[in-house]
Amino acid sequence: MVQSKSKFSKIEPYLYLLPAVILFGLFTFYPFFKTIVYSFGNTDTAGRLTGLAGLANYAKLLTDSVFLKSLSVTVVYSVLTVIFSMFIGVFLALMTSEKFPGHKVFRTVYALPMAVSASAAAAIFNFIFHPSIGILNGILGTKIGWLTDSRYALISVVIVTVWMNIGVNYIFALAAVQGVPQELYESATVDGAGALSKSLHVTLPCISPTLFFLLIINVIYAFQQYAQVKMMTSGGPDNSTRVLVYEIYEQAFMYGKFGYACAESVILFLILLLLTLAQFRLERKVTY
Amino acid sequence: MDKKTKKRLTNGLLIAGNLVLAALLLFPIFYCLSMSLMTNQEIYAQKIFSFSFNIENYAKALKMAPLFRYILNTVIVAGVSVVLQMVTGTLAAFAFSMLRFRGRNVLFLLFLATMMIPGQAIIIANYLTVSSWNMANTYTALILPYACTAFAVFNLRQGFLSLPKELHEAAMIDGCTNFRYFYSIALPLLKPSLGALGIYEFLQVWNNYLWPLLITSKTEMRTVQIGLSMLQDGEAAQYGPVMAGAMLVLIPSIIVFLVGQKQMVAGLTSGAVKG
Repeated sequence: MVQSKSKFSKIEPYLYLLPAVILFGLFTFYPFFKTIVYSFGNTDTAGRLTGLAGLANYAKLLTDSVFLKSLSVTVVYSVLTVIFSMFIGVFLALMTSEKFPGHKVFRTVYALPMAVSASAAAAIFNFIFHPSIGILNGILGTKIGWLTDSRYALISVVIVTVWMNIGVNYIFALAAVQGVPQELYESATVDGAGALSKSLHVTLPCISPTLFFLLIINVIYAFQQYAQVKMMTSGGPDNSTRVLVYEIYEQAFMYGKFGYACAESVILFLILLLLTLAQFRLERKVTY
Repeated sequence: MDKKTKKRLTNGLLIAGNLVLAALLLFPIFYCLSMSLMTNQEIYAQKIFSFSFNIENYAKALKMAPLFRYILNTVIVAGVSVVLQMVTGTLAAFAFSMLRFRGRNVLFLLFLATMMIPGQAIIIANYLTVSSWNMANTYTALILPYACTAFAVFNLRQGFLSLPKELHEAAMIDGCTNFRYFYSIALPLLKPSLGALGIYEFLQVWNNYLWPLLITSKTEMRTVQIGLSMLQDGEAAQYGPVMAGAMLVLIPSIIVFLVGQKQMVAGLTSGAVKG
C-alpha cells in the first residue's frame, strides 16, 4: 500500500504536465523541427518533401531581391510601428494617470483597440484611405492613393497597426505609471519641477523596466503582424509593404515553394531570437 | 491662485485634452458604425454622419455571407480553446508551482522556449501536419493548436505562487491529496486570474486570422475574421454592407472587452509590471 502510494506520487507531477507537453510537442516543437528540416529540402506543390537541397534554399535567399526587399520593409515597418505604438501608449498613460472626472471612461477608451481585430481594422481603414471616396482625402482635400502609391502604402499600413496596438501598450504603460511611488513626485514638486520635467525625470526612469518589456513584446508582435497587410495592400504596390510573413505566406501558398518558405521562416525565427537576446543584454546594461 | 482653482484648471485641461485624444482614437469605430447606417449616396458624398439610419446594409451583409454562422463558429472555437487552455494551463502551472519532481527545471525551460518560437514561423509546418491528418475544415483543427499556451501556464503559475504557503501545508497535514487541494481549494481562489486570462485569450482567438484562413476552405467552417475579409473581396465591394459586417464582427468582441476589461487589465499587468 505504502509502496504503491509512493510510486503514484512519483509519477503524479508528470500527469499534470502531460496534456500541455503533448500539445506543445505536437503544435510547437514538432513543427519547429519540421520547419528546419524542410528549409534544407525541396517539396512538391502539395508540401511533400521530395529531396534534400542542402543549403540551396538559404543560398538563394541571399540573392533573392524580393526577399531582401521584404526584409528591409519588415525592419522599417517594425521600427515605425514599435516607436509610435509605445510613444502613444505612454503618452496616453501619462494623460490618465491621475484621477479626474471621467478618468475611468478614458482609460476604457484607450484600452479598447485591444478588442479590434485586424480584419475589422483593415475593412474600416480601406475605406478611410480610399483614393476617391475615402474620408481622409475628403478632409485633406487631396487625391492621394494611400494604399496604391508606393510612397504612402507602408506608412498607411503602419498607421493602422499602431492604432491596433495602442490598447496593449496603454494598459501596461498605465499600470507602470501608477506604480511609481508617490513620494518621488512630492519631492520633485518640492524641488520646483513642473509636470513635463516630472514626467521626463521621475516617471520615465521609473517605468523603464516596463518599457523594456513592452519593447520586446512589441518587436515580436510587429515582426509577425500580417493580416492587415494582406487585406489592405497584398504586399504591394511594388512590394513596398511586403512584410516577411506575407512573403512567407505567398511562397508557400501561392507558389507552393514550401521548402523555400520554411527557410524564410527560420530566418524570421533567428531574427526574433537575436533581437530578444540583444534586448535582454541591453536591459541588464542600463541601470535605473 | 489657490489650490482649489489650480486643481480645477488642471482637471479642465486634462478633460479637454483627453476628449480630443479619445475622439481621434475612437473615430475609426464611430465612422464604421456611422457608415454602416448610411445610404450609398451618402457614402459617396463623403459624409461623416447622417440621420438616415439605413439598416438595410445589415440585411445585405447577412445576405452576402452567412455571418451568423461565422459568429457561431468563432464562438465555439474561441470558447472551447479558452476552456482547454485553462485546463492544460492550470494543471501544468500547478505542477510547476506546487510539486517537486525530477526534471522540473528542464521542463520549465522547455515551456519557456515555446515563447521564443514565433507562431507565424511554424504555421506552414503546422498546416502541412494537420492537413495530412485530414483534419482541415474541422473544429478540432481550429482549436487544438490553441489549446495550450505558454502565456497561460506562466500567468497561472504566478497565481498559484501568490496563494499563501500555509494553505497548502495545512491541507497536506489534513491528509488532502494534491489533486483535491488543486481542484477544491486552489482553483476557486484563482477565479479572478482565470477570468482575466480567459477574456484576454478569448479576444486573441476571436481575432485570429492566418490559421483559420489556412485550415478552412469550406464556407460553413469559416470564422468571422475570414468571413469579413471575404466580404471585402466580393466584386465591386459595397462599402455599406462591408461596414455593417465589420460592426457585426466588432460588437461581440467589444462587449466581451467592456464586460471584462477591468479584471483583464489587472490580471495581465500584475505579473509583468515591476514599476
